Amino acid sequence: MTQTPSSSGQSPKRRESAVSRFLNATELDTRLLGMVAALAMIWIGFHFFGLFKTGFGAFLTPRNLWNLSVQTASIGIMATGMVLVIVTRNIDLSVGSILGFCAIAMGMMQVHILPQYLGLGHPAIWIITVIFGMAVGTVIGALHGWLIAYLAIPAFIVTLGGLLVWRGAAFLVARGETISPVDSTFALLGGGPYGAVGAMGSWIVGLIGCAAVIYMIIAGRRKRKTFGIPQRPVWAEYFLSALGCGVIVGAVLLVNSYYWPRGIVRAYAAENNIEIPEGGLFISHGFAIPVLILLGVGIGMTILMNRTRFGRYVFAIGGNPEAAKLAGINTRWMTVKIFALMGLLTGLSSVVASARLGSATNALGTLDELYVIAAAVIGGTSLAGGVGTIYGAILGAFVMQSLQTGMVLVGFDAAMQQIVVGSVLVLAVYLDNQYRRASK
Amino acid sequence: MSNSEQKTPLVVLRNISISFGGIKAVDDVSLDLYPGEVVGLLGHNGAGKSTLIKILSGAYEADSGEIWINGEKAEINSPRDARDYNIETIYQTLALADNLDAASNLFLGRELVSRLGTVDDARMEAETRKIMARLNPNFKKLKEPVSALSGGQRQSVAIARAVYFNAKILIMDEPTAALGVHETAMVADLIKELKAQGLGIFLISHDTREMMELCDRVSVMKNGQLVGTERVEDVTEDDILSMIILGKNPKREAA
Ligand SMILES: Nc1ncnc2c1ncn2[C@@H]1O[C@H](COP(=O)(O)OP(=O)(O)OP(=O)(O)O)[C@@H](O)[C@H]1O
Ligand SMILES: [Mg+2]
Repeated sequence: MTQTPSSSGQSPKRRESAVSRFLNATELDTRLLGMVAALAMIWIGFHFFGLFKTGFGAFLTPRNLWNLSVQTASIGIMATGMVLVIVTRNIDLSVGSILGFCAIAMGMMQVHILPQYLGLGHPAIWIITVIFGMAVGTVIGALHGWLIAYLAIPAFIVTLGGLLVWRGAAFLVARGETISPVDSTFALLGGGPYGAVGAMGSWIVGLIGCAAVIYMIIAGRRKRKTFGIPQRPVWAEYFLSALGCGVIVGAVLLVNSYYWPRGIVRAYAAENNIEIPEGGLFISHGFAIPVLILLGVGIGMTILMNRTRFGRYVFAIGGNPEAAKLAGINTRWMTVKIFALMGLLTGLSSVVASARLGSATNALGTLDELYVIAAAVIGGTSLAGGVGTIYGAILGAFVMQSLQTGMVLVGFDAAMQQIVVGSVLVLAVYLDNQYRRASK
Repeated sequence: MSNSEQKTPLVVLRNISISFGGIKAVDDVSLDLYPGEVVGLLGHNGAGKSTLIKILSGAYEADSGEIWINGEKAEINSPRDARDYNIETIYQTLALADNLDAASNLFLGRELVSRLGTVDDARMEAETRKIMARLNPNFKKLKEPVSALSGGQRQSVAIARAVYFNAKILIMDEPTAALGVHETAMVADLIKELKAQGLGIFLISHDTREMMELCDRVSVMKNGQLVGTERVEDVTEDDILSMIILGKNPKREAA
């Protein structure tokens, strides 16, 4: 069948362009590059838009980019879970409401309940609260998963119902009141000057990151050698190492060049009896704790998806649910676990969001489901199921948050923001279709 | 298999029935299978062949009837149960996850894991390479999702999956439907080899000539019912064809 002479006579090996040779050698994902390019365009676009409009480009500043990283954390954490949900051909429209409900539940716990028994400011309060919040999210997610898997109610309907139910429940529990202030240790999980690891801590994180990049490249080479898989050219390995470490070091330099506001430095100096020198005291923020949480979640979820049976089954169910069942996978129980995991991550995201706000309101997380789904889809998760990556979803969250932040910076009003975000979601799915057709 | 009657049958399906919304897809069918035997299932489209073997493979649960394995009553309620009885199945639909590569499909549901409990992709790929070299030496696309494979290549992956795990009972639902002449011959050789190793095989095919050559006995189904089971040496191809078409057993009619 392969012997049929082709009349067109096209030679099978066309001459490759330099670009495609480069991409082949480095095995860089073109989709990843596309997203990075989109991100760069958004950043530069908003920066110069601001520059021309007001004479000041506020986007590409350490302060804005640091804030952007913190704001991305909450959406990004949930987006990693949404990847699993969408890969298995489901959807979760309720994450924003679950986030709000968890925030209220945690607010009640740490403000009204725990201090009664432990005393105000007890060091265990934040730990119990965080575990409680994540447990609430997990239970709600598992309930949704059970309704979907065992009662065969479509995920769209279950979570659309959940969108209303949990927002309403959050209102009832708090009777519409804002609960504050959160525990002071808990508040650190939301970032801010004290909720960041500082210059030294950031360098340590960065160096560990660089070591991990180099280790992965060396281990990858060794593995390919053992199993006789063709190696990347050595220059490509060096290039990838340099690129990986360069991005990490760049990020460290960036977060370390954003200094504490003067007022906080003064308070801090007074408290610790530090003399503020002539030129002023500069204390770096460094990586914010929520960003490190997102990083940890990203690494953990990537391992889960690519290195465990659970992850393999997630992809198998997305590719062919029938085949997964026939292979002995308990697809219903998997659905419960996937939604429970989504709930757990939503609970964690709720920790970050309410800690950042310093209080819990029942409106927290409104419209987050839209951003989270958009992040996953922009990051390459196919709504047809079976395809998606964790790093893509996190990058997608960065793209969505950059858009949001940029629009606020240049002064778009809420109505305009909604129009843009909605359009971007639709456009992203269209571009995704085109990309898949082209790469077939 | 002249002395197969003396051995314990590997599989006995007794009075199996199942219906889907009023349609009796399988109606009171009884079959048996001995070690080292190939039993062919024939019948027109929609006769109930696939449905019957899916009950044995755990994909469906029978409404009534019993399954006996090695002389003991077996409870098969899921594909996992069937596996525990060393039953492997090549489904007519192949049952492959299109987005995963050949190795991931081959080991789906029973992945090889490292000491840390993580999936050992490299070892699974090496094993897949080995088994595919036996089944389809031209097979090279180990790294690509199976959606990128041809129909025959996909079928090879499904066959490899059924053969790899040392089945005792093998169910093959039209395993050569998409294969080329050469690959079909290789599967025929494989069936003979597995038979010689003592496996029992249920083979479904529409190719009567192929069935006459490979099977020891053939069973014909029509509209969910069993028309009859005959040893291939006792019947002609025409007899089988008339059983399929007329739904009558010519030998029994004559008697
Ligand atoms: N899951 C199902 N739901 C409803 N009806 C079904 C289902 N599976 C099979 N059937 C029906 O049962 C009957 C038998 O189908 P089956 O697939 O067993 O036929 P078959 O003999 O394998 O045919 P073919 O030669 O075309 O593969 C058909 O009428 C079919 O429509
Ligand atoms: Mg069939």
